Amino acid sequence: MTLVQKHGEAAGHAATAIALLGIIPLALDAFWINLVGKYLAFAFVAIGIVLSWGYCGILSLGQGIFFGIGGYAMAMFLKLEASAPELPDFMVWSSVEQLPLWWEPFKSLGFTLFTILALPIAVAFPFSYAIFRKRVSGVYFAIVTISLALTVNVLLVGSQGETGGANGITDFRTLLGWDILGDGSKRTLYFVEALLLLAVMALAAALVHTRFGKLLIAVRDREDRVRFSGYDTAMIKAFVFSVAAVLSSIGGSLYTLQVGLITPGLIGAVASVEMVIFAAVGGRLSIVGAVLGALLIGFMKSYLSEQFPEFWLFFLGGLFIFVVVVMPNGLAGTLQRLVRFKA
Amino acid sequence: MSFDIAVTQLFNGVSLFTILLLMALGLAIVFGLMGVINMAHGELMALGAYTTYLTAKFFEEHMPSLMNVYLFFAIALAFGVTFVFGYVLERGFIRWFYNRPLDTLLATWGLSLVLQQTYRSVFGAQEVSVPLATWLSGAWTVSEGIQLPLNRIFIIGLTALVAAGVYLILHKTRLGLRARAVTQNRAMSSAVGIDTNRVDALTFALGSGLAGIAGSVFTMIGSTNPGTGQLYIVDSFIVVVFGGVASLIGTVFSGFAIAQAQTTLEYLMSGSMAKVSILLLVIVVLYFRPNGLFAPKMRS
Amino acid sequence: MNDIVLDAPSPLAVASDFARARESILTISHLTVSFDGFKAVDDLSMTIEENELRVVIGPNGAGKTTLLDMICGKTRPTAGSIRFRGEELTRLSEYHIVRRGVGRKFQNPSIYEDLTVSENLEISIPQARGVWGSVFFRKTKAIRERIERVAEEVMLADHLRMKSGKLSHGQKQWLEIGMLLMQDPQLLLLDEPVAGLSPREREQTAILLKKIAAGKSLVVIEHDMDFVRSIANKVTVLHQGRLLSEGTVDEVQADPRVVEVYLGH
Repeated sequence: MTLVQKHGEAAGHAATAIALLGIIPLALDAFWINLVGKYLAFAFVAIGIVLSWGYCGILSLGQGIFFGIGGYAMAMFLKLEASAPELPDFMVWSSVEQLPLWWEPFKSLGFTLFTILALPIAVAFPFSYAIFRKRVSGVYFAIVTISLALTVNVLLVGSQGETGGANGITDFRTLLGWDILGDGSKRTLYFVEALLLLAVMALAAALVHTRFGKLLIAVRDREDRVRFSGYDTAMIKAFVFSVAAVLSSIGGSLYTLQVGLITPGLIGAVASVEMVIFAAVGGRLSIVGAVLGALLIGFMKSYLSEQFPEFWLFFLGGLFIFVVVVMPNGLAGTLQRLVRFKA
Repeated sequence: MSFDIAVTQLFNGVSLFTILLLMALGLAIVFGLMGVINMAHGELMALGAYTTYLTAKFFEEHMPSLMNVYLFFAIALAFGVTFVFGYVLERGFIRWFYNRPLDTLLATWGLSLVLQQTYRSVFGAQEVSVPLATWLSGAWTVSEGIQLPLNRIFIIGLTALVAAGVYLILHKTRLGLRARAVTQNRAMSSAVGIDTNRVDALTFALGSGLAGIAGSVFTMIGSTNPGTGQLYIVDSFIVVVFGGVASLIGTVFSGFAIAQAQTTLEYLMSGSMAKVSILLLVIVVLYFRPNGLFAPKMRS
Repeated sequence: MNDIVLDAPSPLAVASDFARARESILTISHLTVSFDGFKAVDDLSMTIEENELRVVIGPNGAGKTTLLDMICGKTRPTAGSIRFRGEELTRLSEYHIVRRGVGRKFQNPSIYEDLTVSENLEISIPQARGVWGSVFFRKTKAIRERIERVAEEVMLADHLRMKSGKLSHGQKQWLEIGMLLMQDPQLLLLDEPVAGLSPREREQTAILLKKIAAGKSLVVIEHDMDFVRSIANKVTVLHQGRLLSEGTVDEVQADPRVVEVYLGH
């Protein structure tokens, strides 16, 4: 790593911190801050994708599944609090008469938080370790994960009475009695999220600079060689995939808090592929880029689908093609080239 | 389960099988043989469907007397349009991504979004459908309890024809031989004087044309909207991957197995649960046979 | 993290010290592998002694690379056994075989082109191979010195900070040998280590391999008979998956069966 790169990276992190904690809260009103909060939720996912795809070459098209784990766990807790002591409304509408057993533990915030962090690992690790041991190619992994995202989506939509079906879970406003929809609390939530994101960014950056980070690149480029240097490469891949899964789940739970609802649409195949573009636009090897990509595309989506709804898919589709053809290393890569050119 | 139900179930299974097979045949060539992951393959089917829709419109207005046979023109036209589109697509787009499978995946996904929006802008967001020829509506009453819809029987026959055609093209023509040679050893093929670029484009175009036929045929059993393609794409991939890429026979068997399993499960549980079970089952089988059901053992 | 201790003998190595005195380092018996009925290696038996440098030759398709693939676990044999210091390898996964002390170099240089020479060597260190170990790994002075020492040995000391993708072909071959040395294996499997090298580089490689063989065993696949002559004390000739001949270079070259296979009928 050159000096320019090293300084550039540190500067990027610092600039992000200043923007998130200083400029955005000072310059924007509650409505916009909430919007930024919504997009930042996807930044967590994008950082995970940078680690697993950018560094280790694992393209998962099923990150929505983990986003959903976090999002639904949080929503279930909030929904139970909102409807207690009655059943959640959508259950009543589907004439479910008793709270399903697997909902019970979500009455506890502690269990909910534990689920948000632990369930993605419990799902991602054994699943991916088993698959990576079989040495499936990257394409197969992508297809298997996109099918799983589709499966989970079908399952959620199909079990209306237990999951809220296609409408998802919504209509809650308090967290342990604290109103989360007020302007003041939205601001607080935003700060919590921004701080959490900065911490995750710092950890991720530290991770890629360890020997483990170099191993990720080595596995991406020459998995065979790494195996013949005595490493269990399936373990390395499963580990980084699990990290990405947890980050997605955290993002999902924050999304529920920021937006006040979670729907199966965010879990499906289309949403899952869309998450990859956040990382691709920012730069698949750049953590700051991932955050930038999530914010940028989030805003473009809100703006275009409101102002020029017919243009949004053209834009998004074109972006996929553009990034792959012209900017394989995303905004961050382009920026780096410019800086190096000058230096 | 009574005899009637069993026969009906079997028929439904065979009917779904032919639909899956029709859907997967094009992909078996493009993905299985060439190794190109074309996520816009579903949109090529939609292109075939919209071509059929336009043909039906045209016949309705100008030659209403021929409405009973427009379908044959439509199928041919759908094949032609998607074939040409596929040829252009390969030359102008796909070929830049050879040997970068994950990039191909993302770029063609982008393409699929663009195509979807194009359909939406041109044909509108609502569903469009075509009139069914009179000789295809209705059912063949085998016995009191067994009624087999004519359009399904037609699709079964047509799929058999198309599958046989694909087999003949791949194994009995020069193009087929060259396509197989190029996919197995590009450098050698080009050294013995095969124009590999042209073969690539033609093979891709053939796969696309098959998608067009599938899309055209599907107008007989359902309506078309801009997102139709996305409904098919994952299923098609699953059929091909499950059968083992590079194995046409594998695709046939896998289509059959998945279709039978799905119709049987749908009889036992809800549609969405059946689909979920199938997907999980496929993933479990793939775990034990990662190269699909029909993968040859190769020297690495 | 007790796996970061440098140069500690593994319990396994100690346990096998006793066996070492009597047994060959590698004993292959009745090894067979078939791919859809085609036998790439057919009932092959051979042994490699401690500190031996063995060259395996044979025409294309003789099963040489497949043999190495089976020793290092890349390909599973259909029948037969491969014993490394008394331990059966055929059931172990690749990375376990490596951890026992078997290193493999591939035909085409297989290095991490996006990492520097120094990082390439660092990754090959036999410590901190677990996930957590590698996260909390610190590059100590001893490790740095070891990297420099090996780089010196494979003639890359001046290129430690260079991206390895920018090395010449010959240097890449050496880097991969250096990576094997970092692993500190007892048995090295080298698949055509001088393919594509200049005559001078071949000479240097021959010297390097002989130096390595002073403390380790090597199995080298090679075509170039001059090179074979310059390094080998014993040569094994394979033909159609079977053992055709074995002996010194001169013995083998005088063997009429070998002559027939190489020169045709």
